[in-house]
Amino acid sequence: MSATAPPLAAATPQHSGRAGGSGLEAARLRCVLRLGDTSLVLGQRLGAWIGHAPALEEELALANLALDFVGQARLLLGYAGELEGAGRDEDALAFLRDAPEFLNLTLAEQPNGDFAHTIVRQWLLDNWQLEIYQALTASADTRLAAIAAKAVKETRYHHRFSSGWLIRLGDGTGESRQRVQRALDELWRFTDELFAPDEVDERASAAGIAPSLPELAPRWSTRIEQELRAATLQRPAAQPYPWHGKRGAHSEHLGHMLAEMQHLPRTYPGARW
Amino acid sequence: MSGPPCPATAPARASPAAGTAAEHADREQHVWGVLGRVPDPEIPVLSIVDLGIVRHVRQQADGRMCVGLTPTYSGCPATELIRTMVCAALESAGFPDAILEEVLSPPWTSDWLTAGGRAKLRAFGIAPPEEAVASPRRLWQVAAVSCPRCGSRQTERLSEFGSTPCKAHYRCRECREPFDYFKCL
Repeated sequence: MSATAPPLAAATPQHSGRAGGSGLEAARLRCVLRLGDTSLVLGQRLGAWIGHAPALEEELALANLALDFVGQARLLLGYAGELEGAGRDEDALAFLRDAPEFLNLTLAEQPNGDFAHTIVRQWLLDNWQLEIYQALTASADTRLAAIAAKAVKETRYHHRFSSGWLIRLGDGTGESRQRVQRALDELWRFTDELFAPDEVDERASAAGIAPSLPELAPRWSTRIEQELRAATLQRPAAQPYPWHGKRGAHSEHLGHMLAEMQHLPRTYPGARW
Repeated sequence: MSGPPCPATAPARASPAAGTAAEHADREQHVWGVLGRVPDPEIPVLSIVDLGIVRHVRQQADGRMCVGLTPTYSGCPATELIRTMVCAALESAGFPDAILEEVLSPPWTSDWLTAGGRAKLRAFGIAPPEEAVASPRRLWQVAAVSCPRCGSRQTERLSEFGSTPCKAHYRCRECREPFDYFKCL
């Protein structure tokens, strides 16, 4: 993993449709792909809990969350396919791209680990989505605004679930507290990426398509702080930002996840139920 | 964002495009009636009209019927099946070239469940959404959900998420029966 930001061109999709023309349209497409890929990858991760969750109720919860994320991904990637104009639909984007073409946040692709890891990852990203989707409901891009208005209502349920568990585990037994603190310490280094803007974010924000990430960051941070306090957990120290999943440079985990996720449609092209 | 025509698109017929406004309204009303008999696949006592997911029925200038559907949850797996069922119902009612549109905005809310739909849900054993207005603030309040069997408000939530995205799992402390609660969204 490189410690410097990879050049943007490295992750530019091979198929350059009409979106390749103007800088703003390219930024719009990449913004939508970042949101869609983050939802898709997180949904796939959560789905892997089915059959393994600690209790039936939590299994249902994680499966329901997974379903919402895959549904959001479908709406977003369907839109991305239209923007790209290269004839790829949401399935082609999900199943026929390789890891460097995925633009999800690095945090979303981190392995499930134990239940505490899954909850911490979920809670950090639910809080991120709450800010992003809420802001996107006012996007100048009406399609994106409509998808966000739908998704933010679901995200409130997700956040109630993840923050509830964070507090229960953190303020729970010695064992649960130790595990959830360890998960927080391990995953915290990926949070810098959530609100660090690059030229794509800035371009989209200037055009009113996407929110300004630096403006949203303090709101996220405040809520994280409050909920950590309620969970009696320690906020880890800020760490440098060597992760660039949203620019297509991923941790080693994404490729393995995609291998499993994409196996069937790649082995049997055009397979249908 | 107009969806594809129904899969089994018949060859274009002589469409009664040049009808009067009253004839348009009659035909649209007829389609509402047809849709009112399409059940929700997960909760078959409810029609998709009861559920509030049919957003519009419009006859276009070319005579084709245009039906707007909105999903309940982004990832609701029933959405696809509902589209297929609507196409089949419209085709057998004489509208083989109807157009289905996906409407995302404004997003579906449980407030759009009709009063009739709420009564049907309760009779089916599912507690309907308690509050008339779904709002973020309500989400954090402890909703007093009444048991669809005995009516007691002494109930407790067992699980935030139930058998489908739209339901949570509850238990009645009076009659001891577990039941589903249709969540506010």
